[in-house]
Amino acid sequence: MEEFQIVDNCLMVRLPEEVDHHKAAYISAGADRMLLQEQVQHVVFDFEDTRFMDSSGIGIIMGRYKKIACFGGRVFAIHADRQIRRILTISGISKIVEIV
Amino acid sequence: MTVKQGSAAVCGKRNRDAAKGGERNEMELCFDAVSSNESFARVAVAAFVSHLDPTLEELADIKTAVSEAVTNAIIHGYENFYGYGRHGELRPAYLTVHPGKVRIRCVLEGGVLHIEVSDRGKGIEDIDRAMEPLFTTRPELERSGMGFAFMEAFMDDLEVESEPGRGTTVRMSKKMDAGAWIDSEE
Ligand SMILES: Nc1ncnc2c1ncn2[C@@H]1O[C@H](COP(=O)(O)OP(=O)(O)O)[C@@H](O)[C@H]1O
Ligand SMILES: [Mg+2]
Repeated sequence: MEEFQIVDNCLMVRLPEEVDHHKAAYISAGADRMLLQEQVQHVVFDFEDTRFMDSSGIGIIMGRYKKIACFGGRVFAIHADRQIRRILTISGISKIVEIV
Repeated sequence: MTVKQGSAAVCGKRNRDAAKGGERNEMELCFDAVSSNESFARVAVAAFVSHLDPTLEELADIKTAVSEAVTNAIIHGYENFYGYGRHGELRPAYLTVHPGKVRIRCVLEGGVLHIEVSDRGKGIEDIDRAMEPLFTTRPELERSGMGFAFMEAFMDDLEVESEPGRGTTVRMSKKMDAGAWIDSEE
């Protein structure tokens, strides 16, 4: 599956196995390129493959949210395992990400 | 990279008890302050405690805390932000290497893991402020300001020592037998 994919009005971002600072720039830049090209409204982060995330992941999500929120865009997290959910909850970012 | 390891680890199921009983084991790592070492560092520390049969949750907690401290040393201490230019734009990694080492020292004693992560980078002016959740001096790199908050949440104890111009040392500890039975219930 593609890392960045457009489905309806959403950008789907398939995150790597480990989301840390080393990977963050690449993910954010790729997502922003697609957002600009495709003019979609929402972003869906797919954690299917993700086994590790630190606060760099929170930065990625917050950054994309800031870019789309003013156009009514929403941010979703799918396939988040227990550990990723913990990270999302403790950071407080679960207020802006809809975990489904 | 230099690696120092103390008394050899014993293996088998009784190790958790052995570590509780006051056995001591120590290791030290020293590596370049580049972002590709972030995953190496957290995996190394996780491997150091693996003979205690930690729960998945304990391992994840330790890896996250180590990742936060090491990333901070690299991007704040030495200002090595792999992949980013001055204004947050992407740039090739080979342009960004500033010399500098990150040191990790781990001690397992009495069933408690002590981790020390230090750098000789630029140091922190106001430690209390730096430790506030959401506070970051690098918003242009999309730092969330949650690093210290995560270290605090995932470890039992956190202590930060820093001097501007000289560097920073973060000390964290975690009791290694807490979640032993909780996880197996699932
Ligand atoms: N090793 C370090 N050297 C210098 N400054 C640091 C170090 N660690 C943390 N800091 C400072 O503390 C702030 C907060 O750190 P943290 O909570 O990890 O958030 P973030 O890394 O997202 O900025 C950083 O923005 C930085 O200014
Ligand atoms: Mg940080």
